[in-house]
Amino acid sequence: MQDLGISLLFKGSNMARLFGGLWVTVQISLIAVLLSIPLGILFGLFMTLKHPAARLVSRVYLDFIRIMPQLVLLFLVYFGVTRTFGVNLSAWTSAILVFTLWGTAEMGDLVRGALISIPRHQYDSAEALGLTRLQTYTYIIIPQTLRRLLPLAINLTTRMIKTTSLVVLIGIVEVLKVGQQIIDANRFDYPTAALWIYGVVFFLYFFACWPISLVSKRLEKRWR
Amino acid sequence: MDSTIQLQASGIVKRFGSETVLDGIDLQVHRGEVLVVLGPSGCGKSTLLRCLNGLERVDSGQIALDGEQITADGAHMARMRQKIGMVFQSYDLFPHKTILDNITLAPIKVQHRPRREAEQEAEELLHRVGLWEKRDAYPRQLSGGQKQRAAIVRALCMHPEIMLFDEVTAALDPEMVREVLDVMLELAQQGLTMIIVTHEMQFARAIADRIVFLDGGRIIEESAPEQFFTAPQTPRAKEFLGTFTFTKRSTEQNSVII
Repeated sequence: MQDLGISLLFKGSNMARLFGGLWVTVQISLIAVLLSIPLGILFGLFMTLKHPAARLVSRVYLDFIRIMPQLVLLFLVYFGVTRTFGVNLSAWTSAILVFTLWGTAEMGDLVRGALISIPRHQYDSAEALGLTRLQTYTYIIIPQTLRRLLPLAINLTTRMIKTTSLVVLIGIVEVLKVGQQIIDANRFDYPTAALWIYGVVFFLYFFACWPISLVSKRLEKRWR
Repeated sequence: MDSTIQLQASGIVKRFGSETVLDGIDLQVHRGEVLVVLGPSGCGKSTLLRCLNGLERVDSGQIALDGEQITADGAHMARMRQKIGMVFQSYDLFPHKTILDNITLAPIKVQHRPRREAEQEAEELLHRVGLWEKRDAYPRQLSGGQKQRAAIVRALCMHPEIMLFDEVTAALDPEMVREVLDVMLELAQQGLTMIIVTHEMQFARAIADRIVFLDGGRIIEESAPEQFFTAPQTPRAKEFLGTFTFTKRSTEQNSVII
């Protein structure tokens, strides 16, 4: 009987290997996201400063990160830094570094946007009611900022998870690469393997990102 | 209204950069008096109100409430602010809180009143302005007029001694203006001291004990409403009142030409 590609999934430790690959993907994105959130909040606050030097620095940083494709950033850090400065960064460290730099820039811009979108009269009316500055931030400004920020931050997280597939190109074996390896190794025995394996990879990404999207949708509904 | 002076402002000067917005304002408001501030846009009406409750720092001059100086330093200012209620032109309710929470936030957090007592008073006040059934709604579910009535209740719940109204009906649809003005009329009848900035001339005439006309950051004219509207003393005030009958005159002229 012509063997179906699907049985390849259950051959040897293929399934476990794919999950292992997914774990690498999730680990890189999770560490980068966890670092990006606090750094992004700080960067966002920094961006709201009126000082010209602060504006220039944040403008240059944000534009640099945004204009560069993530892949170029990865190459720049992984190959460039090693060549130029003789610092030997592992692929893993480079990936985390690049995704944190990127996440911080994007997160910072979201934080800045959320902060400046709170209208002036919200501060005024809180102040007119006799609330102190601390109370104004605690009860009025921060809750509103979070409501605007959270759905956007969650979308950024899913984008980061998806973009980690680029780390293959600096030699990290993550879920997509594991899939490719399985397909290549079984090219002759299972000609239809690509469909099945990539199909599974699709679902793995889907199940990593979907719950996060669901949470974001729910929050948006509840808070808008 | 009695003869006690409740709010006294003397020589208020406020500059934004090189522009002098308030150029030496002297103002006395008696207890229970309703003072209406009129003037063309940009004359400094809103800035005057913002200075009176310390949202803007004055460049010189003094403001006293019940004989006590209002200064811009932290703790003292917060205590004074509780005595001054303010309602703004833009809907300034907190969008993430229900109407009841909007109203009770400051009484609970600033005045440290028990939640139950604050809520009870809030509900009574909401009842009076016809919004009791909206107590658990969010601001976005209310019409503009309802939001402004809720904002008035929020200020009232702090038991202010004086209320400032900054063009509270300017952003409303015409049919909603009435319901807000009715609430203000009722407050005036109860003897609350009020300073009102408005563009509703009919309303100003009906509610005011005294009219103050502001132009170029100075008080140009100060008189009883009947006198101000029927026989304004200054050319500037005549011109200002003239702008409100402009449409009628121009259409009459047009019909003559046709």
